[in-house]
Amino acid sequence: MLIRHPDDILPSEITTPRLYQERRRFMSLAGGMALAGILPAGTAHASPASLGPILKSPLSTSEGQTPFKAVTTYNNYYELGTDKEDPAQNTYRLKTSPWTVRVEGLVNKPRTFGIEEILKLVPLEERIYRMRCVEGWSMVIPWVGIPLATLLKLADPQGSARFVEFVSHYDKGTMTRGVLDWPYNEALRLDEARHPLTLLAVGLYGELLPIQNGAPLRLVVPWKYGFKSGKSIVAIRLTEKQPVTAWMKAGPSEYGFYSNVNPEVDHPRWSQATERRIGEFSKRKTLMFNGYADQVASLYSGMDLRRNF
Amino acid sequence: MTPGKTSLAAIKAALFLLCLTPGFLLWRGLEMDSLGANPIETLTRSTGEWTLRFLLITLMVTPLRKFTGWHWILRLRRMLGLFAFAYASAHLTTYVWLDQFFDWEAMARDILKRPFVTIGFVALLLMVPLAATSSNFAIRQLGGRRWQALHRAIYPIVLLGCVHFWWLVKKDITWPLIYTAIAIALLGLRAWWRELERRKQVAGGYLPQQPKFAGKVIKIFAR
Repeated sequence: MLIRHPDDILPSEITTPRLYQERRRFMSLAGGMALAGILPAGTAHASPASLGPILKSPLSTSEGQTPFKAVTTYNNYYELGTDKEDPAQNTYRLKTSPWTVRVEGLVNKPRTFGIEEILKLVPLEERIYRMRCVEGWSMVIPWVGIPLATLLKLADPQGSARFVEFVSHYDKGTMTRGVLDWPYNEALRLDEARHPLTLLAVGLYGELLPIQNGAPLRLVVPWKYGFKSGKSIVAIRLTEKQPVTAWMKAGPSEYGFYSNVNPEVDHPRWSQATERRIGEFSKRKTLMFNGYADQVASLYSGMDLRRNF
Repeated sequence: MTPGKTSLAAIKAALFLLCLTPGFLLWRGLEMDSLGANPIETLTRSTGEWTLRFLLITLMVTPLRKFTGWHWILRLRRMLGLFAFAYASAHLTTYVWLDQFFDWEAMARDILKRPFVTIGFVALLLMVPLAATSSNFAIRQLGGRRWQALHRAIYPIVLLGCVHFWWLVKKDITWPLIYTAIAIALLGLRAWWRELERRKQVAGGYLPQQPKFAGKVIKIFAR
C-alpha cells in the first residue's frame, strides 16, 4: 500500500545542507565560547529580530556603511513626527503586528499577503544601497528584502497596468495630522517597479526593520530621492493612469513624479550637485541616478530629465 | 523698581552668561558628538533659530518696559541685540565653514539662486550697521534721532528672518509660523502705539483746544 505524504513543505522552507552545517558549527562554537566564558550570557542567543539566513547580492555596494545608530535615529517619517529624531522616539505610535499588504488594481490575481508570508516567499537578500535624500544628505544602508518584481509577478499584472502605487499605513488617532495629505502614497512606473534594483525591504543590518525605518515593509528605490521609497506599506495598487503622489500634491513645482537623483536639476531650495554623507565632514559630488546610471539610465532614454524631474 | 548700579551690573553679568548658554551647549555637543547624526545641520539650524529668538527678545524689551514700567530694562537691550548678531555670525560661519567649506562659487550660486538664502543673507547684511553703531560713541556721533531711525531696521530684519526660516522648511511650518506670529504681534503693537499717538496728537492738537479768535469773526461767504 502506498502511503502518500502530504506535500506541505515548500522547497524554499527546506534548509540547505550548507546552511544546516553552518548553523551547527555556529551553535557548537557559540556554546563552546559561552562555556569558556568568552561570550557574555546576553550575546550568545540570536536577537529576536534576527532574520536568519540572508543571501548576499552582487547589486550591493562595497562602500562604508552608515552606522546603525545614525540609520535608526535620523529619519524622515512624518507620520511619527517631522523632526529627524522624532520617529525613533515615537515608535509606539505604530503597531506592526498583525500586518497585511494588499496587491490590487489591474492584476489578474489580487492578493493580500501577511508579513510572515512575505518573509518566506523567497530567500531574503541583503542589498547594500546608497540612499540619497532630497535634502542633500546620504547614507549607505544594508537593507534586507526581496525584489518587488517577485511580488508583482505573483499578482500577475494586466496588460493595461502602467504604474504601481504604494500606500503607506495611516492612523489618524496616533499619527501626525496635517502637514501632508495622508495616507502617504508614492508611485513608480511599472518598468521601474520591476527593475531588479527595486527592493521591498523587511529589514536592515540583518534584523527586522525598526519602526522608524518603515516597519514592517517598505520600498527601496536607490536611484531616486529617499521620499520615493514609501514606508510601512499596506497597499500596492497597479493603475493605468499616473498616480498623484503625496509630495506632488504638497509641492508640484518642487517634487516631480520621477524624482530621480540628478545633480544637474536643482530643487528650488537645495542644490543637488553635492551631498553630505552622514558621518562625513566634507560634501561629496552627487552622482547621476545616485551612481546607478549603468543599471537604470536606459529606463529614461529619450526623456528630458529636466522636464520630467 | 529700579536696580542700583551694582545690582544692574550683576543683572547684566547674569544675563550675559544666560545668553551665552545656548552657544556653550552647542559647542559642548559638538565636542561630545551628541548633536545627532548630522551635527552640521543641527548647528546651522540652532544658531539660526537662536538668532531669530534673540531678535524677538530684543523687540520685547520696549513692550515689557511700557507694560511694567521697568524702564531700566532698556539698559539690557543693547546686549540682547548684540547677541542676536553674534548668533547670526555663528550661523554664517557654520554655513561658510562647516556646511560649504569655503566653496565661494557654490555659496554665490546659493545666494543668487535660492530665495531663502538670498533673504537670510540680506537680513544678516542689514544687521551689520546696527551692530557697528551699538556703542554710546556711535549714538552721540549719529545723534539720537538718526540712530533710532537706523535701528528701526530691526523691523524688516526680523521679518526677513521669519521668511528665511519659512521658506527653508520643507513642509511642517509650525515653528516658522510661531516665530512669525510673535514678530507680527510685536511689530503690530508698535504700529498700534503709533496710531494711538497720532490720534492723541490729532485730538490734542485740534479738538479740545478751540481756536482762539483774537479779533472779530467776519463771515466771508454768504449763503
